[in-house]
Amino acid sequence: MTHRIVILGGGTGGTLTANRLRKVYDRADAEITVVDQDDRHVYQPGLLFVPFGLTHNEDIIRSRSRQLHDGITSRQCPIDHVDLAANEVHLTDTSVLPYDVLVVATGTRLAPEETDGLLEAWNHTAFTFYTPEGAAALEQAITAFDGGRIVINVVDMPIKCPVAPLEFCFMADWHFQERGIRDRVQLTFVTPLDGAFTKPVAAAQLGGMLEEKGVELVTEFNTGEIDTERKVLVSFDGREEPYDLAVVIPVHMGAEYVGRSEGLGDAMDFVPTDRRTLQSKAAPNVFAIGDATDVPTSKAGSVTHFEGEVLVENIEHFLAGEPLVEGYDGHANCFIETGFHKALLIDFNYETEPLPGHFPAKAGLPLLKDSRLNHLGKLMFQWFYWHALLPGRDIPGIGVTMPTSGKEFSRPA
Amino acid sequence: MATTTVTTPAGATSVELTDDGFFVDPSIWTEEMVPELAAREGIDPVTDGHWQVIRFMRKEYLEKGTGPSVRALGKTSGVNVKELYQLFPKGPAKIAARIAGIPKPKGCV
Ligand SMILES: Cc1cc2nc3c(=O)[nH]c(=O)nc-3n(C[C@H](O)[C@H](O)[C@H](O)COP(=O)(O)OP(=O)(O)OC[C@H]3O[C@@H](n4cnc5c(N)ncnc54)[C@H](O)[C@@H]3O)c2cc1C
Repeated sequence: MTHRIVILGGGTGGTLTANRLRKVYDRADAEITVVDQDDRHVYQPGLLFVPFGLTHNEDIIRSRSRQLHDGITSRQCPIDHVDLAANEVHLTDTSVLPYDVLVVATGTRLAPEETDGLLEAWNHTAFTFYTPEGAAALEQAITAFDGGRIVINVVDMPIKCPVAPLEFCFMADWHFQERGIRDRVQLTFVTPLDGAFTKPVAAAQLGGMLEEKGVELVTEFNTGEIDTERKVLVSFDGREEPYDLAVVIPVHMGAEYVGRSEGLGDAMDFVPTDRRTLQSKAAPNVFAIGDATDVPTSKAGSVTHFEGEVLVENIEHFLAGEPLVEGYDGHANCFIETGFHKALLIDFNYETEPLPGHFPAKAGLPLLKDSRLNHLGKLMFQWFYWHALLPGRDIPGIGVTMPTSGKEFSRPA
Repeated sequence: MATTTVTTPAGATSVELTDDGFFVDPSIWTEEMVPELAAREGIDPVTDGHWQVIRFMRKEYLEKGTGPSVRALGKTSGVNVKELYQLFPKGPAKIAARIAGIPKPKGCV
């Protein structure tokens, strides 16, 4: 019998899952269909560099369908909803895709409408670099900026790549130094968290780096409103942060169709998912990967890559009627660009927070410390993304589970 | 960890709290404790709006094993985010969780 596997979303997770599945199943054994609403696959880590003119949208966007191996059906149409009881996906053009196994890989959507005033401020006084259009508009605003207060604001957690807003601060510091006007630019990072990052050791390290680079840190600020006329962020408890230019990372939610699919998502349209097997809690034949899930680790491409290996193994187990493996440990691995051709690397999982040391073992890249080698690692990641990660190849030496041999566990925080 | 005594009309109960003020054992919580727990967070009197949120948090915790985030609370509790901050100015999810006797809502990564 031919298994019908439908994958919703052709971004990082959907693409690598489809390509990995195509390798393990012959065409006679599985029909694999990927649905996405457009044909623009964005290398999202590149968006950080667009506002500073260090890369351009045309260099980080490729055709989605061309990233899929032969023998995978690609459908370009928005998803309307999933009918879990009937095992069917309904597309907005009214076509219906029946499935034996469904993979939800539709990532997150930005929800600026959740913050009063943000839509009015968008691309006038407040910008984001989380979309290609936003990043391009922000590049113009930064180029034109010749002094004043820039506020970088995370409205709420979770967000994709929670280190990206910090990287933006570091990059902005570097950019304005290069232009010789750093003394006229005030940089302020405004976060709902109680520190620079979610995990204590890394939060202390990154907080120290903000201070070194002269970036002011405002914590526990829950943005309720953006007043574009007065140019202030107003928190729900009435505090105000004035700005000349606001860089805002809006609320993230799951895809809208998840909310229209009875029983599939939670209040924020994320899909409740088993954190170790990646099977959804909605139905046994529904799995989820990447930013679309509610698993408690970072929403990052590296996470999606590590999840992919476990996900495909579990789809095979499921279709063979075998028990699933609890194979995913929450492993995340992120390069943090710090400007001046340097970067820092963090590596962690559900149990272990980012620690100093070396990755993947003692002779490897320095962890939680900036270095030129890590910057090269960050640049190389783009090549890996298109040529190893999306095609579904394993990256030599970097496995699903977090390596422990190079980490300094005993070091006091 | 700290131990505190909560007095209700039914008598005094000794309650263990985490360092950041959340119940270690949610099962010893009773609705009668709410006025005193709320007063300690600066909330007095406890209005219908407070009760709606506290009962909702408790129900969510019992069903799902964790309290909701502020934004999820705003979408599902019938009280919007703005009103939640008016009811619990120091942080709705955290303060309501303390008063509802449930663990700290799971942090985001
Ligand atoms: C600025 C920025 C910097 C980042 N930097 C890094 C980094 O340095 N390292 C790292 O590891 N990660 C980084 N990330 C995060 C990384 O890009 C994401 O975590 C990753 O792409 C998630 O993959 P995904 O498959 O879950 O979602 P996506 O790749 O976003 O794919 C979701 C897909 O679903 C489609 N879709 C959604 N709704 C519908 C619908 N209704 N109908 C049809 N299709 C739909 C979308 O079109 C999209 O193609 C960064 C992200 C950003 C924004």
